[in-house]
Amino acid sequence: MRLVLKKRAPLPPWIRLLVPLGAILVTLLLSAVPILAAGGALWPSYASLFKGAVGTRYNFLETCVKAAPLTFTGLAVAFAFRAKFWNTGAEGQLLAGAIAATAAGVASSNLPPLLALLFVCGAGFLAGGAWAAIPAVLKTKYRVDDVVTSLLLNYVMWHIMGYLLFGPLQMPGSSWPRSAAIAESAHFPILLAKSRFHLGIVLALAAVFVVWFINSKTVFGYQARAVGVNQKAAAFAGIGVKSVILKTALLSGGLAGLAGVGEVAAIHHHLLMDISPGFGYSGIVIAMLGQLHPAGVALSAFFFSGIAVGAQSMSRITGVPTYIADVIQGMALLVMLVALLLTEYRIQAVRD
Amino acid sequence: MPTTVMTERIAVRSPQKSPAVRASFPVKAREQEQVPEPVVEMRAIRKTFLDVVANERVNFSLRPGEICALLGENGAGKTTLMNILFGYYAADEGEILIHGKKVSFASPRDAIACRIGMVHQHFTLVPSQTVLENVVVGSSGGRFFLDMKRAREKLCALQKRFGLAVDPDAPVWTLPIGGQQKVEILKALYRDARILILDEPTAVLAPLETRELFDTLRTLAAEGCSIVFISHKLYEVMEIAHRVVVLAKGVICAERSVSETDERELANLMVGHELAGKTATARKAGAALLSVSRLTVRNDKGLDAVKDLSLDVHSGEVVGLAGVSGNGQMELADALFGLRVPTSGTIVLDGAALPDGNPKSRVDRHMGRIPEDRMTTGLMLDLSVEDNLVMEHHGDFRRSGMLDREAIGDHAEGLMCDFGIKADGRRAPARTLSGGNLQKIILARELSADPKVVVAAQPTRGLDVGAIEYVHGRILEARDRGAATLLISEDLDEIFALSDRIAVLYEGRIMGIADRKYATKEQIGLWMSGIRDVLCA
Repeated sequence: MRLVLKKRAPLPPWIRLLVPLGAILVTLLLSAVPILAAGGALWPSYASLFKGAVGTRYNFLETCVKAAPLTFTGLAVAFAFRAKFWNTGAEGQLLAGAIAATAAGVASSNLPPLLALLFVCGAGFLAGGAWAAIPAVLKTKYRVDDVVTSLLLNYVMWHIMGYLLFGPLQMPGSSWPRSAAIAESAHFPILLAKSRFHLGIVLALAAVFVVWFINSKTVFGYQARAVGVNQKAAAFAGIGVKSVILKTALLSGGLAGLAGVGEVAAIHHHLLMDISPGFGYSGIVIAMLGQLHPAGVALSAFFFSGIAVGAQSMSRITGVPTYIADVIQGMALLVMLVALLLTEYRIQAVRD
Repeated sequence: MPTTVMTERIAVRSPQKSPAVRASFPVKAREQEQVPEPVVEMRAIRKTFLDVVANERVNFSLRPGEICALLGENGAGKTTLMNILFGYYAADEGEILIHGKKVSFASPRDAIACRIGMVHQHFTLVPSQTVLENVVVGSSGGRFFLDMKRAREKLCALQKRFGLAVDPDAPVWTLPIGGQQKVEILKALYRDARILILDEPTAVLAPLETRELFDTLRTLAAEGCSIVFISHKLYEVMEIAHRVVVLAKGVICAERSVSETDERELANLMVGHELAGKTATARKAGAALLSVSRLTVRNDKGLDAVKDLSLDVHSGEVVGLAGVSGNGQMELADALFGLRVPTSGTIVLDGAALPDGNPKSRVDRHMGRIPEDRMTTGLMLDLSVEDNLVMEHHGDFRRSGMLDREAIGDHAEGLMCDFGIKADGRRAPARTLSGGNLQKIILARELSADPKVVVAAQPTRGLDVGAIEYVHGRILEARDRGAATLLISEDLDEIFALSDRIAVLYEGRIMGIADRKYATKEQIGLWMSGIRDVLCA
């Protein structure tokens, strides 16, 4: 007896909607194992996780706050992957965006708020896009593998940021790697009282819509998808494959850059070495979990954020360490990948 | 690549372990009697793929020290038969005897254990490893440590004996194709192969490399090795082989000793089936709409595949470009389609030169392009039928920067109706359609825009009879509307059925052009085999 994978007949499209939901459910069930292993009581743990994530107004809004950068990086990755530009460098692009936003924000003390905000967002978007353009140019011009270059450029940008924070951007008089505060006019306004619900969250939702619109309504969206599904046929049809990849990279990197802008302009108001706890890397997972669909990305970003925020209250109440959030997030990806495999294949036992 | 290497690992031990098998090999063919016992006998082999019969009642034998050529058109079943002998495929029916003993090969490793080696058209080498590493990989004989010193000695001895000079320490990727082929042969010999199968070994070689290969093969045969040489180049077969077996449509249709036959007879045997009586009515051709002049195109390996080729196609005519595959058809088509940049020469469409390597210019200037590989070049299988129908002209369906989905839908409905495309709606993924319907999508897209020039490469390959008829009808219809049509096909029936003029492509050059009214299959067959004949005045 052995098990083999057999190709399935195509499943109806509504299954696509059920798959992520099912995957999340299975993930939560499987999470019982590490929770129990960490000595947590099962039901109180789940309850505190849930309550911590969305149980109160404040917690719900906190989950939204954390979901914003994840939505941006998730969209960045999803948009790039759809055109088979394997952008694994959202982290570096986020940092580039954060650095540019800081520089712009510090310099915009004399600007009125609207202009300052536009300046900061524009700078962050362009910096992220430019950073993503490097692997795109290398890929289209010299056929260098984009997975590797975009990933490794994350470390390059991290070290550039280190240099800047110990050098030109360091807050005068400080010995810590920390920039000067950005001008007040460049702060993202808080939109709901007694919370940190800021402009960036609205921008993230707008970005979800914009990406959806580009993907499904525009000529460019059609071309990007064509390049994604079959580059050779796209070239045959006269689509400028290189230009599509480059534009995709610019937009993808720009979206990741906006994640960095939000962290600087809405949360920290400074640039710090630990400005991002790996939002860019999580973006890859979130894009996969959301099946590269903008709405799916938004939902899975919210799920990821909820787990991270909820794990903190769970930790406070039941003593299960907050690292459980990482475990659950990792499991979510694995379960999702298995679920996707099972939508295309079925497992069959074969007698030898 | 690694899998092939892995499967060979266990097998190579066996020759050392089975002295009985080794002893039964004749040392020198010449010392044997006139008709020695065959080393290989394949009896009543039948092999089908789904409902396609690749081999039927094939009896094939091979004698020691003999070079036997397997001759036949594309798809005649040559490679399939040899893959059965090498254990890649299991025959549906029939049996294989090696030295009179019945064997059953579950995989190539069993065949290698019986001292059979095969050099495929596509090499199975590890480019980053050295020649020596490639040769010994998988032949450690189950021992833990590789004895590289002994391996090197054995390799050098083989090289000296058979004139296969390659630097054992050169990384394989640095070698020319001929050198890589030598490594493949060395790999087989290193595993003590006494039966060597070469699948179109000269297709990738330069003339000088072919000389060297033939010298090696003669030495091997003189030492008692038996060689199967798959080819469709007649002069090569006449030069190197002792015996020729001709396959057509999966069946052995003739067997000749080379001394008893000539190239003309072989050409006839190869394409000898009756050609269809149905032909297109010849028409008066108009102005030259497609002019190719002095075109030279390189293949992926950097060799010239199309050499200084010139050809005119006139309004209202079909020029059929016949030829055995691998003679530059693909490179020529790619250059015409704008997918490949020629090294020199021009392509002129209706008086204006087309920019090199620019598919968009072909679309803009109304060239209907039917690519050879409809699955990967012509279509996007993951997209819907309607999206595939606007693949080239999606820019025309723009309304204030957005795609006009409604217009795209109407466009698709119209074409699906006109061309009888059977699909589960216009939104169905192309992947779900049958081959004939996929080709209809391409025809609809390419021919409905009233092309001035049509370039069709293997337009009916893999289609069923009904679909073939449909495709032919549509191509003739485009011609009747005045399109200049270039039909690149390996199917002689098709060439004869559709063409007004027939040109033959051989090794990147036009061997000859004949009016279809005066062309004979014999003459075309000779041209396809590289023989220019005075007969065809």
